[in-house]
Amino acid sequence: MMAHDISDQMRRACAIAKKDIRIYYLLGPVIIFGILSPTFLFLAFMMGKDLPVDFLIAGLMGMTIFFASTSVAPVIAPIETQSRNLERIAAAPVTITTVLLGDVLASVLFGILISFVPILLGMAFGVMVAHPLTLAAGIVLATFCFSAMGLIFSAAPTSITSSVMMISMMVKFPLIFVSGIFIPISDLPSWGRALAMFSPLTYITDLCRYSFQGTDAGYYSVSVDLGALTVFLVIFMTAAIKLHERSLPERL
Amino acid sequence: MKNVIEVTELRKNYNALAAVDSISFEVEEGEVFGFLGPNGAGKTTTVRMLTGIIKPTSGRISIMGFGIEQDPIKAKQLIGVVPELSNAYNELSAWNNLQFMAELYGVSGRVARGRAEELLTKFDLYDRRDTKVKTFSKGMKQKLTIAMALMNDPEILFLDEPTSGLDVRSARLIKKMMRELNNAGTTIFLTTHYMEEANQLCSRVAIINHGRIAAIDAPEKLKTRIGGLEWVEVSFSTPVTVSDLPDLPQVLEVRSSGDKLQLYTDEPGSTISRLVDYARSTDRTIVTLNTLTPTLEDVFIKLTGDGRAG
Repeated sequence: MMAHDISDQMRRACAIAKKDIRIYYLLGPVIIFGILSPTFLFLAFMMGKDLPVDFLIAGLMGMTIFFASTSVAPVIAPIETQSRNLERIAAAPVTITTVLLGDVLASVLFGILISFVPILLGMAFGVMVAHPLTLAAGIVLATFCFSAMGLIFSAAPTSITSSVMMISMMVKFPLIFVSGIFIPISDLPSWGRALAMFSPLTYITDLCRYSFQGTDAGYYSVSVDLGALTVFLVIFMTAAIKLHERSLPERL
Repeated sequence: MKNVIEVTELRKNYNALAAVDSISFEVEEGEVFGFLGPNGAGKTTTVRMLTGIIKPTSGRISIMGFGIEQDPIKAKQLIGVVPELSNAYNELSAWNNLQFMAELYGVSGRVARGRAEELLTKFDLYDRRDTKVKTFSKGMKQKLTIAMALMNDPEILFLDEPTSGLDVRSARLIKKMMRELNNAGTTIFLTTHYMEEANQLCSRVAIINHGRIAAIDAPEKLKTRIGGLEWVEVSFSTPVTVSDLPDLPQVLEVRSSGDKLQLYTDEPGSTISRLVDYARSTDRTIVTLNTLTPTLEDVFIKLTGDGRAG
């Protein structure tokens, strides 16, 4: 592809993102679910435990980004299969990568927007961001990473949204418990620490701890966190493209 | 005229079944090309392959020189697609649907706004431009779907059953639009169940049956293909049933149609003479006498065997 073709496809991906935002994200229940779901889950596990507020806020931050970025992306494909909108997209001069990139961009914007909630909540409790640039880079990278992960869930060639949501939940919930959100990674048993390495949520939570609590709070170094998130992003995006290329003909 | 669509040995298998079985044809620039066939004949599968929605099992499709598999972006950029069922986004307004299409096809903002206004006005939807599509009637959705397909000013417009289930006014508007577009140079690939619609609009038609092309030609030429046979339609001053008629060797089939009898014959002149003789001999007068040339529907029924049009 020439540079002109790539920029053309990028503009079309932005059009798909704009459409997704209009149809799927700017809905009251989606926004409320994106905020409330991690907040309540977090409170349910943290109530009564004697942990510092900045530790809690960092965990909430990681979980909020994770939930927000994986909330809608998985259901776009099944919904559009059912409504036959996917056929419209398939007949248009766009590649599958462009379509998925559009879906990812919408999800990233939503994830970034929702991430302001725990930041504001933290500020209300007097928790300040020690490393704002690191946090910003982490949020952007993590929202891309989790949005791409969400697309993997939707690669199953089904038009039944609940099936996709079930697959999504089956993966998302176990990840929360092995990613250092409720228990610091350093306190996990060795098998837990090994498992945590394979969860992308571990690295954004760790990065949030560093950003909120200061230099010594992170379990891994900043470069490891950012590097791991980048590797996960590449893996997830590549897998999503390959899987959707395979499943798209079965949807149409 | 150059070919704008070239299809060579196109095949689509679903498991062991060949939905489309090695078909080849060309569509010339500026044609209205009709694609007719009974249910399950492979029409929609063919259109979906031509428009790049599904991949063929084998064969080649060229859209204005670009292979739909080899160069899908360039090929799709040149076409507009109107599916049988509207696939406009119900949660978006008519205006936003059109703008989304413009953005998907890389139409600049100023051109897109002008074109959207023009199309919405033409299709009588301008007053509803900010209304969500989910509140639209079937006819309004279909008109919007066509408008969406025209946002990129396509060289070739594919329409799959565009007037199916529409009221007379909407159907007429869509047929008028097809004629206007064709007069302006757009090539039209039309799939339809309505023989009269194909007869009125198409410069050539292909009839597909069991995944194979049964015939392809201009409608009038196809009509002459079924052997120069004609219907002679007659009505008498007093009722006559099929069994009342004398034996007419040149008549292949007789059927009654209301108060008329229709005789299918390869010798209309001699059949008419025998009918006049019969009227005289039975002291009847002939009230009406017409010869009816074969219709496209007759061709369709003959070529598709069971005649399950639709």
